[in-house]
Amino acid sequence: MTTDTQHSLDKSYIESYSKANNEPEWFTSFRLAALEKMDTLEMPKPDKTKIDRWNFTSFKQHTVENKAYDSIDALPEEVKALLDLEGEVKNLYVQLNQTPGLLTVSEKLKEQGVIFTDIFTAVKDHPELVQKYFMTEAVKVDEHKLAAFHAALVNGGAFLYVPKNIQVEEPIQAVFVHDNADAPLINHVLIVADTNSSVTYVENYLSLNVEAEGVANIIAEVIANDGANVKFGAVDTLASGITTYVNRRGYTERDARLEWSLGLMNDGDTISENITNLYGDGSIGDTKTVVAGTGKQTENFTTAVINHGKRSEGFILKHGIAKESSTIIFNGIGKIEHGASGANAQQESRALMLSERARADANPILLIDEDDVQAGHAASVGRVDPMQLYYLQSRGIPKDEAERLIIHGFLAPVVTQLPIEGVKKQLTEVIERKIR
Amino acid sequence: MAGSTLVLKDLHVSIEDKEILKGVNLEIKPGEFHAIMGPNGAGKSTLASAIMGHPAFEVTEGSVTLDGQDVLEMEVDERAQAGLFLAMQYPSEIPGVTNADFIRSSINAQRGEGNEIPLMQYIKKLDKTMEYLEMDLNMAQRYVNEGFSGGEKKRNEILQLMMLEPSIAILDEIDSGLDIDALKVVAKGINSMRSENFSCLMITHYQRLLNYITPDYVHVMMNGRIVKSGGPELAKRLEAEGYEWIKEELGIKDEAELNA
Repeated sequence: MTTDTQHSLDKSYIESYSKANNEPEWFTSFRLAALEKMDTLEMPKPDKTKIDRWNFTSFKQHTVENKAYDSIDALPEEVKALLDLEGEVKNLYVQLNQTPGLLTVSEKLKEQGVIFTDIFTAVKDHPELVQKYFMTEAVKVDEHKLAAFHAALVNGGAFLYVPKNIQVEEPIQAVFVHDNADAPLINHVLIVADTNSSVTYVENYLSLNVEAEGVANIIAEVIANDGANVKFGAVDTLASGITTYVNRRGYTERDARLEWSLGLMNDGDTISENITNLYGDGSIGDTKTVVAGTGKQTENFTTAVINHGKRSEGFILKHGIAKESSTIIFNGIGKIEHGASGANAQQESRALMLSERARADANPILLIDEDDVQAGHAASVGRVDPMQLYYLQSRGIPKDEAERLIIHGFLAPVVTQLPIEGVKKQLTEVIERKIR
Repeated sequence: MAGSTLVLKDLHVSIEDKEILKGVNLEIKPGEFHAIMGPNGAGKSTLASAIMGHPAFEVTEGSVTLDGQDVLEMEVDERAQAGLFLAMQYPSEIPGVTNADFIRSSINAQRGEGNEIPLMQYIKKLDKTMEYLEMDLNMAQRYVNEGFSGGEKKRNEILQLMMLEPSIAILDEIDSGLDIDALKVVAKGINSMRSENFSCLMITHYQRLLNYITPDYVHVMMNGRIVKSGGPELAKRLEAEGYEWIKEELGIKDEAELNA
């Protein structure tokens, strides 16, 4: 992207944008404070990937206007394919670029006091919740330049709140459609699961007809209060011209459980961070990630689980393939803080390289500051096992098909975990497309 | 399928430049059951692997033909599609791929596009065959050979054999690691395949297997060659007397007669 298209980012722009967006004063101030910090903060430093020359912050215009969708029928086919349309009511939010496109919430959920809405409605209507958790507990505004950039310029997202003791049975789904690369996707998802509640949330990031270069800056924060149980699924399929920074962060209180199933299938350069802070005693964080690198893209995936609480347990499972000239880097971090006695930190990262030019790297890191703990890691980077190929071929399966089966099998531990059939099917199809 | 004839002529096979097979001749006609016995290191498993096309083995001389077609020119999957099957001594584990999907993919690969086995027909056949082999039906949904015991893996090989219905099966030490009950079940499966359209090459250390599956021919392999051939009685004598007598017998004969 050339510099002459750089959008001018200043205080007066943010003030006017915030005003036009009818944001309350505290949110305007929050943005402005972030903007002020931006220049002094450094870029994040993903281990083993140099991002100096990547464009994360330059774009043509901050937002684009779109029309909302009239109904589920009016959604693009690519979005419909993600929905389990056989079921009756959907708890669904669809966003088109920066415009809230469609929202449906079942009567049952409303009666239970569950809040599910676009992020700006939440900022206006539920300040007591949003102000408490928006980039305060999980991701901090001053972590690095891209966090501050995000806070200053967030232009979309969703909010989900599940009250105390409420068990939400049907999954809640958000689809973020990006079809205009001129405007960056600066998207924030905030999920708060109150004491002893449970919920399953699945999100898709989807590029439609985007050939141009653009920027995505995505943050998801998940707060699981005492005893809450959150399942978070995601499939990202942003286009090859989009440079993505995506940060999914969790925070668990006592005996809470947070499970991530992430299908990170962007076609463009991507820096992904997924960190779970297990603050509460006895809380559990479980991260399953599957990735597929193709073309010339470079992707860096940092997954960390940090045990603060006693007897807290963290699990990381990452499987990825690298094709063509792609590079995938896995950084897995299991960190046990002092005082987290009885904690458990386990991780496994495996990568398959499918071509001579592809590069994959798996860096397992264990940082342990407590004696009475369990920890373990396994990491491997390799190629498709010729003995597996021989075995499958000896049953008549041609080599290409055998390789395809082995790769699908290799990625299955994560794919099978996704809670919505439509999304699971889509992820399988995306993988299929990528490995062909 | 109308049965096939497999012919090995003067087959020489090396691994990492070490010659293991030094000229094997063998002909298997439709409906015939052959057994190859021999001490460790004789080259029995190499023979099985070379016929199927194991990537580590290199054929340096000789030919393998199936109904006149050159097997050595075929890819591994083409050999299977031509009717060959190898029940492996150490079957691979394929994580993430269910047994049911794997076997169905195999059947469909052999039937070809547009002629896939109807799903219900497949499931019925799979269930029936698994019951016949006294297998836990849940094993269909488990990942291929992953976490299977040695005996379960062998049974799973026979399950694939029965589902794929090849014209020629090579069984590489299908009896190793099986207790007597499991051996009987495996033998029952193999015997159920017996017909004029199916032939079999069993590779084994022990006579024990041949008590349950009677071969038409028994061959003794030593030092990379078939040194003696006979009927089932040969296996019985080997069981009773070991291999020493053959060595002695052959020690006084010249090499040209050994391959006769």
